[in-house]
Amino acid sequence: MTTISVPVGGVRKKSLLWDYLTTVDHKKIAHLYFWTGLVYFLIGGLEALLIRTQLAVPLNHVLDGKAYNEVLAMHGTTMIFFVAMPLLFALMNAVVPLQIGARDLAFPFVNALSYWLYFFGALLTHVSFLTGDVPQGGWTGYFPLAHPDYTGYGMSYYAMGLQLSGLGTLLTGINFVATIVNHRAPGMTYMRMPLFTWTTLIASILTMFAFPPLTAGLFLMIYDQLFGGAAFDPAKGGNPIIWQHLFWIFGHPEVYIVALPAFGIFSEVIPVFSRKRLFGYPAMVVATALIAFFGFMVWVHHMFTVGLGPLANGVFGVATTIIAVPTGIKIFNWIFTMWGGKVRMTSAMLWSVGFIITFVMGGVTGVMMALPPADYQYHDTYFIVAHFHYVLIGGTVFSVFAGAYYWWPKMFGKLLNETLGKIHFWLFFIGFHLTFFIQHFLGLWGMQRRIFTYLPGQGFELPNLVSTIGAYTMALGVIVFAINIVYTFVKGKPAPADPWDGRTLEWATPTPVPEYNFARLPLIRGLDPFWLEKQAGNKTVPPAEPYADIHMPNPSILPFMMSLSLFIAGLGFIFKDQYHPSFLYLALFGVAATLLVMFLRSVIDDEGRHVPRELVEQEDAKGVSA
Amino acid sequence: MVRQGRKKGAFYVPLFTLLALALAGCGDPRVSALVPQGSNARESLSLIQISAYIMFGVMGVVIFLLAVVLIRFRAKPGDRTIPKQVEGSNLLEFIWTAIPVLIITVLSILTVRLTFSMAQDHSDDPNALKIQVIAHQYWWEFRYPDLGIVTAQDLYIPVGKKISAELWSTDVIHSFWVPALTGKMDANPGALLDGKRQNANRFSFDAETVGVFLGKCAELCGPSHALMEFKVVVLPEDEFNRWVEAMKKPAPKPETTKAAAGEQTFQKNCMACHALEATDPANRPGPNLANIGNRLTIAGVLPAGDDAERAASLRRWIEAPNAVKPQNDVPGTVIMPPFKDKLSPEALDQLVDFLMLQKVDVAPPKAAAR
Amino acid sequence: MSLTAEPGRLGAAAPAARAGAVEKTEAPPIELATQEGRNKLIGMWLFIAAESVLFASFFAVYLALRHSTMGGPTGKELFDLKLVFLATALLLSSSFTSVMAVLNMRRLQAGAMKAWLLATWLLGASFLALEAYEFNHYVHMGHTFTSSAFGTAFYSLVGFHGAHVTFGLLWLFALLVRNLRREVTPYIAPKVYAFSLYWHFVDLVWVFIFSVVYLMGKVA
Ligand code: HEA
Ligand code: HEA
Ligand code: HEC
Ligand code: CUA
Ligand SMILES: [Cu+2]
Repeated sequence: MTTISVPVGGVRKKSLLWDYLTTVDHKKIAHLYFWTGLVYFLIGGLEALLIRTQLAVPLNHVLDGKAYNEVLAMHGTTMIFFVAMPLLFALMNAVVPLQIGARDLAFPFVNALSYWLYFFGALLTHVSFLTGDVPQGGWTGYFPLAHPDYTGYGMSYYAMGLQLSGLGTLLTGINFVATIVNHRAPGMTYMRMPLFTWTTLIASILTMFAFPPLTAGLFLMIYDQLFGGAAFDPAKGGNPIIWQHLFWIFGHPEVYIVALPAFGIFSEVIPVFSRKRLFGYPAMVVATALIAFFGFMVWVHHMFTVGLGPLANGVFGVATTIIAVPTGIKIFNWIFTMWGGKVRMTSAMLWSVGFIITFVMGGVTGVMMALPPADYQYHDTYFIVAHFHYVLIGGTVFSVFAGAYYWWPKMFGKLLNETLGKIHFWLFFIGFHLTFFIQHFLGLWGMQRRIFTYLPGQGFELPNLVSTIGAYTMALGVIVFAINIVYTFVKGKPAPADPWDGRTLEWATPTPVPEYNFARLPLIRGLDPFWLEKQAGNKTVPPAEPYADIHMPNPSILPFMMSLSLFIAGLGFIFKDQYHPSFLYLALFGVAATLLVMFLRSVIDDEGRHVPRELVEQEDAKGVSA
Repeated sequence: MVRQGRKKGAFYVPLFTLLALALAGCGDPRVSALVPQGSNARESLSLIQISAYIMFGVMGVVIFLLAVVLIRFRAKPGDRTIPKQVEGSNLLEFIWTAIPVLIITVLSILTVRLTFSMAQDHSDDPNALKIQVIAHQYWWEFRYPDLGIVTAQDLYIPVGKKISAELWSTDVIHSFWVPALTGKMDANPGALLDGKRQNANRFSFDAETVGVFLGKCAELCGPSHALMEFKVVVLPEDEFNRWVEAMKKPAPKPETTKAAAGEQTFQKNCMACHALEATDPANRPGPNLANIGNRLTIAGVLPAGDDAERAASLRRWIEAPNAVKPQNDVPGTVIMPPFKDKLSPEALDQLVDFLMLQKVDVAPPKAAAR
Repeated sequence: MSLTAEPGRLGAAAPAARAGAVEKTEAPPIELATQEGRNKLIGMWLFIAAESVLFASFFAVYLALRHSTMGGPTGKELFDLKLVFLATALLLSSSFTSVMAVLNMRRLQAGAMKAWLLATWLLGASFLALEAYEFNHYVHMGHTFTSSAFGTAFYSLVGFHGAHVTFGLLWLFALLVRNLRREVTPYIAPKVYAFSLYWHFVDLVWVFIFSVVYLMGKVA
């Protein structure tokens, strides 16, 4: 993956570490997101195994009540914020600019900043393990439980960490919207954009509108925890229910932020491996938009038992069920994309078919939970746990696996091993259903969620044991995946530029992809442009411009420094209450450093650099022949 | 509403007992939402079942189509032909929009009707029994404002009567759930604004069978959230009235010197937090211990199948409550101190003896084993 | 969407940006002359959209908690409309001066642009000084951040706006320092324009604060 880049001041050899610390290249940032997300997946998975081990038998002693709540809160928080979203961002970063024929995101510098904010946000949350005050309030952080009076300062790490990484996520959202609006190659009209790009666009818009309420809520949470604020404190007239509203106004769109890009990935994989264009493309686009739109009007379905009254419950319940319609449209469009096609069951395709079954099961239980009188029973039981693992794992995690097998050759230049891929799939898939199917019944039989143990004699023993066995089976699957990755890096053969007979623009680029992606921006002549050109007998997509110098942004350490400064500020604010008031100075130092970095960024001119035309031509000649 | 509910029940019950068998298979009848024994649980289950069967249908269609695809449209090895590139089909797409719309319309109508009917307020109903449910980390207080008594952990109610409950919490959020009788309702803490308690909830439920049902706290409330269980003791109405009268009597006086010594110990160490009489007007930080000698479990979780077991559990609890229900040592939580080192073994014996006396002569139904 | 008339061509647009020469007769205004400029401005609009939701959340929280004074002074007792009106006037005129700055920027009159920006800075700073005076006054009347949920909600909303003004002043300061000796170029123009967008937004939020917090607080 060596790409020749010529800084304005001449060639300088950089160490790999420094390269990645300062990169603003979307392809390298994709790698950063991917590996970080994967590490947190192992951590979150390990926490899941701890949860399942503790619950394997009644009155077990692997974890006590406090430790269990810590593991639980960290599992949920990690999986949603530090695994699901970053892994999707990894794929978006790797693929979306290539799919629309862009040289990078609209704001490469901000893109790096987003990554480092995520990195330090996740790190800040995990620092809690070193200080002993670990979040104990679940990933939903309900007040008053999240106040230090009840759970110590753990939830402050949660709030601070999410505030940091949330800022990064918000910037990512803005970045992708700006990119997709402004950086499409000539001829790439909206209705020619691949669905992964579409879902990225819409999920990014969702991010833009869903994260601010969380940000507001987290500010108030931090005020209450560390600065004597009272917004959620009943003793001073505050109202803890407000937090629930703010959290779920964010929280429900959030689940679509991690679901829509997943849908996008399957919409890329299924047509390629059915060798057929996507069935009902316009309907897919409209359905995506509708899901996002309705996603903002249903948050109360998480709060049916709060006591908001039958009117609110009824209205939000009905609104929720509406989402089944556009989602159903998508499901059937996928099935009918395969219908009449030539289906190749590669690993990526296995995950896609597995997704359809699993996700529909999770979706229909979602509709069942949207009916308030029924939800009075399901709410906060293992029925819910089953539902959301069906959609989160069956949707997001499966999609990341599918995307990994599908785009690995483009991202890393090698093909993952297919046999190991299939073993990975079957272990994980079977383990998954073993773990979570039975949990529907556990919920209905009376087992509430978030309990660290249960008493014997209520019929919970056997189902929990089955569930635990399933979790370990999934772990085996994950280990096979890890082996596959290592095996591929060590033994895998270099991948051709277009290993799957792809349809979209990313497969028209050479592998490894040059730093500037396209030597000449491509001219797009229809949906599935690469496929169209191949059908027309062309080797690749025609260029839309002559060779020219290519303008590229400079790498910069500032994103790293700025995130680090905010990280220090965050720690300082927590430490000032947790340990000693004088840590306030550390916090102020962090804030000052942040402002300084911003000041530097705005006064130092950075007009980027140019890759000279001759070099571009030279590399392009090599790339095409490869 | 009771009658209306029954009528609807008469229509649904035969149909749904059949379906319930298919759906349930098992589940402990004391705690399973699939074996409803109160009108709320029954109505919830009716909707659960209707929707579940529709969803089985949806799943069936999807799995069938997928199976067809995977059998018929697999590429043979080496087959490089290109299938027909279909853009879409208006008819098909109309069908799979219209049918789900139809389904959710039907579901929505059923849902909205039931949502409103289940939300009927019985707080002004003279036939309803009014109670107040106050959740604490990690125990439940039950007040009967019209009867002037208070109890904890075991909620006694008469069969067939509407119970109109008001719920709130004194610390974090908890949720009141008796799967076999009724779905959840949160117990929220709230500010007192102009004498009104913000976020306090009202709701009604009932029990249709005599027996003991397990209740749970369903909202994460701290390390011992899992152990915040309670019981609902459903008695025939006359039996319930006897229980009420018995609870109103003053606490039994010790007759043996051992128990009398226990009373001394209690007054010195425990009175600040616990009352012994159900009519005690003070708002003490611990549960009311009237009838503790009849508790179905001690502190909600320790076994109390017979007197011997109950006494042993009492002792275990008093010696080290934190070992039974782990707590965070934080300002917000009221923690019962351990007495293992504060009281001598004899003093503990005497104390337990005394506590075992605190019982009324209305025994809970025999189905009461944990 | 008007920004998308010509789909992205980073490479093609860049040399013009470097040369810094823009013909005055060309249709797009100078801040939109380069791809970077167009990116910056759409990014700013998107950021403002997100910020609107953020402020909307704080408004909602304020509306929910404004009666929870817990015996402390109420908004009616606290607010001094005369003072707030003056603050409003200051901030609104700073919006006007920033418009003037942008107009001069488009005419490539760097000197005038900087003068108007300086005026904007001064007006913003006086607004901030008034706000500081006002908060100080409230604290003496017993209305603090920690005194009640009303206090927390009030300072969260109004203070958050104040923080935006402060940040805007820092930003403007950096902009002025950097460009003290420079001409208007397509590199600078989007930066000035983005700042003025931000500044208008902060003003607009203040109009809402003025009506929802102060006016409504006075009549309720
Ligand atoms: C990827 C994440 C994801 C996705 C996509 C969804 C999708 C849906 N969710 Fe889920 N949900 C979560 C993640 C997700 N959810 C999480 C994490 C929680 C718990 C949070 C917590 O408390 O910790 C939760 C909780 C949750 C609740 C709250 C329950 C409670 O706490 O009491 C509800 C209630 O309505 C709900 C409903 C739905 C619905 C209706 C959908 C719909 O979008 C599903 C639509 C899909 C289909 C219906 C299947 C396909 C359709 C067809 C084949 C057409 C025909 C079908 C019909 C006509 C029915 N979800
Ligand atoms: C994308 C999100 C996501 C994912 C992928 C998962 C994955 C898993 N989850 Fe998670 N879960 C949540 C999101 C997710 N979860 C959320 C949001 C909650 C709610 C939290 C709350 O209530 O607040 C929750 C809660 C939750 C509970 C409920 C606990 C309770 O309510 O008390 C359970 C219980 O079974 C569970 C189990 C699992 C299991 C077995 C997996 C498995 O799929 C995991 C599979 C992965 C592995 C097994 C990893 C393999 C690891 C190794 C091989 C070890 C290697 C280690 C190193 C080298 C470090 N989860
Ligand atoms: C600081 C207050 C405090 C003191 C002192 C105290 N308790 Fe408690 N007690 C509690 C609280 C709080 C609980 C509820 C704990 C729980 O269930 O989580 C409780 C629960 C109990 C229970 C279980 C009640 C039930 O309904 O099952 C018993 C029995 C009990 N205490 C006995 C005693 C005795 C005996 C003493 C004195 C030797 C005592 N307590 C002293 C606070 C106190
Ligand atoms: Cu109380 Cu959980
Ligand atoms: Cu939701």
